[in-house]
Amino acid sequence: MSREITLSKAVNEAIAEEMRRDPTIFLIGEDVAEAGTPFKVLSGLVEEFGPERIIDTPISEPGFMGLAVGAAMTGSRPIVDLMFGDFLFLVMDQLCNQAAKTHYMSGGKLNVPLVLRTNLGATRRSAAQHSQSLHALVAHIPGLKVALPSSAYEAKGLLKTAIRDDNPVVIFEDKLMYNDKAPVPEEEYLIPFGKAAVRREGRDITLVATSSMVQVALATADLLDRDGISAEVIDPRTIVPLDEETIIASVRKTSRAIVIDEGHQNFGITGEIASRISEKAFYHLDAPVMRMGAMHVPVPFSPALEDLTVPTPEAVAENARLSVRGELFHAA
Amino acid sequence: MAPKKKTNTEDYLRMYRQMVRIRAFEDNANQLYLSAKMPGLTHMYSGQEAVAVGICEALEDSDKITSTHRGHGHCVAKGAEFRQMFCELLGKAEGYCRGKGGSMHIADQSHGNLGANAIVGGSMGIATGAALSAKRLGTKDVAVCFFGDGATAQGLWYEVMNMAALWKLPVIYACENNGYSEYTKTDEIAAGSLTARAEAFGIEAHSVDGQDVLAVNELAQKLVARARKGEGPFFIELQTYRYHGHHVGDINRDYYRSRDEEAEWKTARDPITNFGKWLEAEGIMTADELVAINDEIKADAKAAVEYALDAAYPPSGEVDMHVFAGVDHALSYV
Ligand SMILES: Cc1ncc(C[n+]2csc(CCOP(=O)(O)OP(=O)(O)O)c2C)c(N)n1
Ligand SMILES: [Mg+2]
Repeated sequence: MSREITLSKAVNEAIAEEMRRDPTIFLIGEDVAEAGTPFKVLSGLVEEFGPERIIDTPISEPGFMGLAVGAAMTGSRPIVDLMFGDFLFLVMDQLCNQAAKTHYMSGGKLNVPLVLRTNLGATRRSAAQHSQSLHALVAHIPGLKVALPSSAYEAKGLLKTAIRDDNPVVIFEDKLMYNDKAPVPEEEYLIPFGKAAVRREGRDITLVATSSMVQVALATADLLDRDGISAEVIDPRTIVPLDEETIIASVRKTSRAIVIDEGHQNFGITGEIASRISEKAFYHLDAPVMRMGAMHVPVPFSPALEDLTVPTPEAVAENARLSVRGELFHAA
Repeated sequence: MAPKKKTNTEDYLRMYRQMVRIRAFEDNANQLYLSAKMPGLTHMYSGQEAVAVGICEALEDSDKITSTHRGHGHCVAKGAEFRQMFCELLGKAEGYCRGKGGSMHIADQSHGNLGANAIVGGSMGIATGAALSAKRLGTKDVAVCFFGDGATAQGLWYEVMNMAALWKLPVIYACENNGYSEYTKTDEIAAGSLTARAEAFGIEAHSVDGQDVLAVNELAQKLVARARKGEGPFFIELQTYRYHGHHVGDINRDYYRSRDEEAEWKTARDPITNFGKWLEAEGIMTADELVAINDEIKADAKAAVEYALDAAYPPSGEVDMHVFAGVDHALSYV
């Protein structure tokens, strides 16, 4: 039962298992078949399912996104592979104006059961157009569900749930984690949407962290341990729907919170979660809720600069210490 | 009108009725706007009836269509009922989309209408995807993508035509060239020829008089049958004309289109009048019978309008329903 596999393998298994179960599922995207994507996540699938179900497309993101929407409306369950999260900007009309709104605009008569798999994450030295974490863009649009797996275990369980969902789901994998291993059971499991995971229990401060930032938060908690500060780490796993209950319950207990996410901090996920905490746990708070997202700059190429743009365990720990000591002041 | 053999009187009558139904629907929709009884704006299909009817009469009920902002004609032609359509236009609960879509998003999946679309060209991927789905699942359904001349300027079309041609998808791209996109003549926005664009992908392209329902239908019958056999995709350019402005509020339009031009199309090339004359000349219908059909349909439309005006709005609790399938109320979910 207990074995460790990479996030990449977990994604591959989730797709293969679901495709074996349901013949209406197909996968579509660029270089997904023999190449198995540039990240090799899908290797082997075309050999098992054939080119009719693992469909290589021309480099036409809006086009194949649109095809997926129409196929989803007519009895298929497409999985769209969008090579880089940055290419979301190309598919916005089909995703946000078409897929997201069809169920609503049709008064519930048409469903769009599709999964858009893509990725996020900087520090791969890929510069501004291959490094963005754009989940806030889609989380803003009613009608889209958004999942952010933080390990191989989550990647598999959330993707299987996404594939079975009758709605458009966007799932972002952290492209730096494709080779990271985690324990993943052999037997089938699903992870329900809207159920956060308490990744580490603590008393003094809540770190709400998504995707790539869960590792950062766990490392932060280790650092804080040495200072005698006990941090609780919460991984929402999906941001639409968001498990507010678990987050609020944690903050009521700890009375402090930092929200960490790799999307840009301004107008982003961190602001949304922080404000929900402030609205719903205000009288339990002993310090302002802090946001820590990516710096509000395009992602720079130079390693010397890129590393400055993403929250680090040291930076989060520093803010946590200030928060716990009551030294966190608003810069007026 | 090309001489045709009297092969199928029932089909001819149905085509005539469907065109008259579209015209009657639009006349009433226009009146609803002018008398301030309709929320928002709407785009009239009048003048283009032979396109929707000629093509949809060549389709099976389970075949799919995608429609446009000027979509009432496609909706009627694919089998929709007046009552639910007027209810939708007025935002009523009994509308096809429970009042959530309105004129520009009317969809009737029970007859394969995957919906109008307020994004010009926005449904080109959807129609092509429906064809991909049909091919993969082996349903034998054909998808028809209706769009205007203006939509040919959208890049999406070229992306999806490329894939449709590569994968031989059962989709027919039907471009209703009514000479204008909003307030701009097609000549000013379209370089070269539209059929040549499709042909560049190896797609068989046809151009047809969109005011001649028999010509449209004959071509559509052939192409639909061939698409069903896996010989698609196809492209059809249909020369047609919209009688009203771009939308119902576009009334003073001398600055972009002459009244003579409008009068010319309406008097000489009206698809309903001309088809009626042909039915008479062929001895299929008498003038009186045609009048009777028109009267009956007008009365139907009027009754449906009355019904829709009196119908209830959706209760406020529906505002956050249908955001997600399987979730009753989105606000308590997100
Ligand atoms: C992407 C997009 N751009 C612009 C518009 C505004 N708009 C609505 S209809 C229209 C003209 C469309 O012309 P055409 O495709 O020829 O259709 P027609 O109105 O003639 O039926 C425009 C520009 C829109 N709805 N969507
Ligand atoms: Mg036009």
